[in-house]
Amino acid sequence: MSFFFAALKRDLLLVFRHRNDIINPLAFFLMVAVLFPLGVSPEPSFLSDVASGVIWVAALLACLLSVDGIFRTDYDDGSLEQMLVSSESLYALVLAKVFSHWLISGFCLALISPLVAMMFFLPEQGYFALVMSLLLGTPTLSLMGAIGAALTVALRKGGVLISLLVLPLYIPVLIFGAGTVQAGAMGLSIQGYLALLGAILVFSLMFAPFAIVAALKISVRS
Amino acid sequence: MKIKMPRWFYQLASPKWFYDFTGKLLPWFSLVALLLLTVGMVWGLVFAPADYQQGNSFRIIYIHVPSSILAQSCYMLMAVAGAIGLIWKMKIAHMVAQACAPIGASIAVMSLATGAIWGKPTWGAWWVWDARLTAMLVLLFLYIGVIALNSAFENKASADKASAVLSLVGLVNIPIIKYSVEWWNTLHQPATFTVTEKPAMPPEMWIPLLIMVLGFYCFFAVVLMSRARIEVLEREKRSDWVKKVIENY
Repeated sequence: MSFFFAALKRDLLLVFRHRNDIINPLAFFLMVAVLFPLGVSPEPSFLSDVASGVIWVAALLACLLSVDGIFRTDYDDGSLEQMLVSSESLYALVLAKVFSHWLISGFCLALISPLVAMMFFLPEQGYFALVMSLLLGTPTLSLMGAIGAALTVALRKGGVLISLLVLPLYIPVLIFGAGTVQAGAMGLSIQGYLALLGAILVFSLMFAPFAIVAALKISVRS
Repeated sequence: MKIKMPRWFYQLASPKWFYDFTGKLLPWFSLVALLLLTVGMVWGLVFAPADYQQGNSFRIIYIHVPSSILAQSCYMLMAVAGAIGLIWKMKIAHMVAQACAPIGASIAVMSLATGAIWGKPTWGAWWVWDARLTAMLVLLFLYIGVIALNSAFENKASADKASAVLSLVGLVNIPIIKYSVEWWNTLHQPATFTVTEKPAMPPEMWIPLLIMVLGFYCFFAVVLMSRARIEVLEREKRSDWVKKVIENY
């Protein structure tokens, strides 16, 4: 447990010394969202119809964009290799890394999502559903994305490849996440959706770290 | 604890034994596949009765359903072979998994294409956003991911292991993806064959379909073995037995 917090503290410290890493996904999220009114239509009725899907797709892409760097610097300077040969629990290490990634991507996205929701004229009753679905859904995105990042960390051209690997795995979260917001905006109960998002999160929390550790070992040895 | 597997399992791990063994199997499987596909195709396309609603356009079922079933089993085989390769460190299993990926991707494309051709007269559109179509499209994406990852590594051993991990992750996700898209939207007719129930069509329609499914599996086995054999020759090209095989060819 103390190892988990030590690893988490290190990662967060590194992030706070490169503050751009926090701003970039958020700016990307806002920009993608802005493209839709510009590219399709600024009609309020249209925007409030597509708000749930657009916000979720933008959040998903912002997570995907930032997940590539989750192991990159540690791999490049060799510290990842040292962590893998240490006797500490790799499960805790991976969880700490994913958790710190989520704090700077998914968590911040959830906090600023009401801003985009307002620009998209989402009905006010949908705000709670939006923030809750992002809080429950984005950790899964970080976990799945970390599998892709771990598999491609040793490759020079990781960027496009990681989206090919990870995007199909994001589909269930996207469906249930956008579904939550839609139900919330219509004033329907969102408990069922949130339960499903939570179930997917628990499931991936249990199994994804094993896949990430296995993938990291393969990448470091290659 | 050490699990003891049957003798043939360890023999399969030897590339030479695998090459000789599949060499013996290959002509039989080719013969059976040819026979089944010819019988099924002629029966299905010429003699089976026309559907009372869809007329003759339903006959594409004899290509569409077998390819859809096969595309899913092929992914399963790829993931299981990858798992065997990871657990028992068996090179042959990785070669089989690698041979599976392009075959599975092309069969998934065939399933989508025949589905589009069938959808046009039946639903009036080449593509609809239906759960089963979308799930097949996602399956194709999963295949593309495995192929892309495999070809991105320079080192063969790492490529094998990485794609095995990815295909296992995909295998775990397939049911979740399937049910989530089903929840999202469904319009497609239910599965033609289920293990627990009698098919809804008359026997003169589903027997040729069953023959086609079996024929597709045999054909798949033929293509898979051929690809895996070539992969074996390529990877073992430094060994003496491969040199002999090439000289005698």
